[in-house]
Amino acid sequence: MGFLDIRDVTKFYGQTEVLHRINISIEEDEFLVLVGPSGCGKSTLLNMIAGLESITSGEVSIRGRVINGVHPSQRNIAMVFQSYALYPNMTVGKNITFGLEMHGVSRHEREEALLDVAKLLQIDHLLDRKPGQLSGGQRQRVAMGRALVRKPDVFLFDEPLSNLDAKLRVDMRTEIKKLHEKLKTTIVYVTHDQIEAMTLSTRIAVLEQGHIQQLGTPQEIYNTPANVFVGRFMGSPAMNVIPARVAVQEGVPFACVTDSGDGEQLLRFSQANLAGWDGREILLGIRPEAITDPEGADRGSTNVVSLRNRIGVTEPAGSDTFVTMTLGGIDVTARMRADVNVCRGDTVDLAFNMDKAVAFDPETEKRIES
Amino acid sequence: MGSAAQDTAVHTGRVARTFIYLVLLLFALFYLLPFLVMLINSVKPLSEITSGNMLALPAVWTIEPWLSAWSTAQIGVEPTGLKPYFVNSLLMVVPAVAISTILGALNGYVLTKWRFRGDGILFGLMLFSCFIPFQIVLIPMARTLGILGMAGSTPGLVLVHVVYGLGFTTLFFRNYYAAFPTELVRAAMIDGAGFFKIFWRIMLPVSGPIMVVSIIWQFTNIWNDFLFGASFADLDSMPMTVALNNLVNSSTGVKEYNVHFAGAIIAALPTLVVYVVAGRYFVRGLMAGSVKG
Amino acid sequence: MADVARAADFRTRLQQWIPKLVLSPSLAAILFFVYGFIFFTVYLSFTGSKMLPRYDWIGIENYVRLWGLSHWWTAITNLGIFASLYIIFCTLIGLALAIFLDQKIRGEGMLRPIYLYPMALSFIVTGTAWKWFLDPGIGLEQTMHLWGWESFEFGWIKDRDMAIYTVVIAAVWQTSGFVMAMFLAGLRGIDNELLKAAQIDGASNWNLYRRIVIPLLRPAFLSAFVILAHLAVKSYDLVIALTGGGPGRATELPATFMYSYTFTRNSMGIGASSAVIMLMTIAAIMVPYLYSELRERK
Ligand SMILES: Nc1ncnc2c1ncn2[C@@H]1O[C@H](COP(=O)(O)OP(=O)(O)OP(=O)(O)O)[C@@H](O)[C@H]1O
Ligand SMILES: [Mg+2]
Repeated sequence: MGFLDIRDVTKFYGQTEVLHRINISIEEDEFLVLVGPSGCGKSTLLNMIAGLESITSGEVSIRGRVINGVHPSQRNIAMVFQSYALYPNMTVGKNITFGLEMHGVSRHEREEALLDVAKLLQIDHLLDRKPGQLSGGQRQRVAMGRALVRKPDVFLFDEPLSNLDAKLRVDMRTEIKKLHEKLKTTIVYVTHDQIEAMTLSTRIAVLEQGHIQQLGTPQEIYNTPANVFVGRFMGSPAMNVIPARVAVQEGVPFACVTDSGDGEQLLRFSQANLAGWDGREILLGIRPEAITDPEGADRGSTNVVSLRNRIGVTEPAGSDTFVTMTLGGIDVTARMRADVNVCRGDTVDLAFNMDKAVAFDPETEKRIES
Repeated sequence: MGSAAQDTAVHTGRVARTFIYLVLLLFALFYLLPFLVMLINSVKPLSEITSGNMLALPAVWTIEPWLSAWSTAQIGVEPTGLKPYFVNSLLMVVPAVAISTILGALNGYVLTKWRFRGDGILFGLMLFSCFIPFQIVLIPMARTLGILGMAGSTPGLVLVHVVYGLGFTTLFFRNYYAAFPTELVRAAMIDGAGFFKIFWRIMLPVSGPIMVVSIIWQFTNIWNDFLFGASFADLDSMPMTVALNNLVNSSTGVKEYNVHFAGAIIAALPTLVVYVVAGRYFVRGLMAGSVKG
Repeated sequence: MADVARAADFRTRLQQWIPKLVLSPSLAAILFFVYGFIFFTVYLSFTGSKMLPRYDWIGIENYVRLWGLSHWWTAITNLGIFASLYIIFCTLIGLALAIFLDQKIRGEGMLRPIYLYPMALSFIVTGTAWKWFLDPGIGLEQTMHLWGWESFEFGWIKDRDMAIYTVVIAAVWQTSGFVMAMFLAGLRGIDNELLKAAQIDGASNWNLYRRIVIPLLRPAFLSAFVILAHLAVKSYDLVIALTGGGPGRATELPATFMYSYTFTRNSMGIGASSAVIMLMTIAAIMVPYLYSELRERK
């Protein structure tokens, strides 16, 4: 049993089931990120933990105490909202201490708690302002201050950074990470930004259409996605999912793909068990950074395969150059070093790091276990 | 191209602009004239009105008609002037406005932030009640007030005005609170505030503008009401409008026009003052009740 | 621990009930005083009530008698004339003033309140002012005569055939400014870039308004129509103060008809049936409108 347990939780709005039998067990001090496309039910799940939405069936418990039907203020949770939800008529200081006041904490203790939190978040100088007079980043800090001051068991964040501009978002991301490391708190964090999910979490739950697609550490999710959806959703640019056929030569499995010239090319798999799929169609999942120019190939890899192909559009992005080409009848993206000298229409050598490749069953779209 | 026309997309020529100004000024005159004429003639002796030009300034200025309208003019059978009725109106308007506004605020709060199954239908029922012709409720209302022992009393009129104003105040607050982020209410719930705490500490402090709207709307409507006053009031509770009508349309004696005008202006004064002080909100409130966006 | 959970449970449940409890007095009041009363009046319209309500069911006899009364026909005809002219003139004047005011007029801030203030007045005050203003012996006509225009005549208010038009004049005076404000709000809501684009396309001012602006004002037209129509059907005070329903019965409207039949002529059954007809007229306008409004807002 974990610290925060979600057991067989489902949610219906009228006749529509928006969450299907969700099971997540979260340990103390864990940073769990719920990630998924818009409308997949992330906010709904978070609101159910908070007590803002009723639970249709199943159980949520914190520290072993079932909290279904318990009033939000009695669950010992705190929440940071996407819009920050700062009370416009109260000063920053009042905003932060409002919850303590409602819980009957004495004025003296409130002031002390306020000063601690304000110092921690570096908002001491803003305490007498109204939310309307703050910048986006400052509001964000105040919203976190309001959550921190309660010293809750669990922090809930609903897309807290999505209203910030790109630069500030990165800064605040780092800051939230530091806070978590410093305060050692349990956090459930909702986002649809997979980079946020990767950088912040100790574990990620990927949701789609009310189903948990995969639950695991960022590395597990990134390197061994449970299915095509997870593979494509996590990582940017998205994972290439190339139709291929398994060919076995001398007991070693190869992926057989058609190149831009309609020729067949072989890519040796690192996973020996794929030999069992001899002659069958699969989907080859390989991330753009595993397809490079030969000089840029990963020297730590045990299995780099070379392949010649004609390339299409090149997009220099500063730190890297992204190159698209046709492989297996679809557009495939490769990630080359910034200074490679390739042009549209060139036929070049490419290095495939097959250690990082995965294979999916085309019928179920699930990853074929190795 | 005149500098006045800088920002608008529509450009008008010199002739067209002259024409526009002319029309606008003519209409300003149209709207102002009846009231101005009343004002001028309320400070003339009666003889000047019956023999003279209504647009001419008084030859002899007098405030006698105003004094008479206020405290000595014959209303019905009593020579009391409008003063007691002015007081009646105030005694009726103040509680009716306060109660209907508070209830409207609570209703709007519930209908937007504590939604439940069927709340849309309830709101529809309330909204439709704004538009019924009051003739449909006159007969049962007269009987109900009698049964409640409130017939002909100011509390009875307050009840009537609260009930038939609720639809509007609920509409105002509902539309206003609908734009108020629900996340704030949720944040307050997590912070431990209950239904009334949230209303009092979070919603009410930001409700100033719509409060003003609701108060002005209710004040004008109730102050200006004639039908309910004429139907349900007796001499002790008769509001200003009914008294004014009695003054103006009494068939006995000489028609003291100057007194009538003074009385009409006195009757209009409270709403005009409210309108001048907070007219901007008044217009906005009317918009909220009709045009969207 | 289990106790804590149960106590909190109670709080949650209480919090779910409080909103409904808070709403219920208003709801009860509306259900009783509006819908209950409507039901009662509808019922009365099928009884032989005279001075006091009676509960003897006489079927549709009141309606048959109502539609046989020339008095009622006068009221209905007057309502037809009054409502259509009132709506048309208010809309035309309101629209014209709004469009003109929207041309970056100097002094708009002065003009707007002047157009709008009649809305703040009671119809009784309006009636008092116009009654006298239109009185041939003393008002406008007399003034014109004194100014030397001896042949000027404006005796509509004393003329059976024309008196209803004086009600229109006074009512338009009172409400057209408000309609102007509605259209002005609509105009201000139109995206200026759209107008600029149309001008670049070569639209003249006339075409700009006819083809683009006025069609975009559709919601404002609809709201104006709905509000004016329901005000027209409810009109009562103005007639009482301006003409008292006269001369004779020339300016009776259904609202004054209902009042006099119910309370002074002791034919409550007929009064009730006329009120039911008024309600149905308004419902025919309001119900579709409110329905579509509530639909859209969801
Ligand atoms: N009150 C409601 N009634 C009916 N359906 C709802 C309601 N609230 C949410 N939904 C539906 O539930 C699903 C999940 O909604 P939710 O808000 O949890 O999505 P989300 O993952 O947070 O998306 P986003 O990233 O856009 O915030 C959506 O399909 C939504 O349409
Ligand atoms: Mg969401």
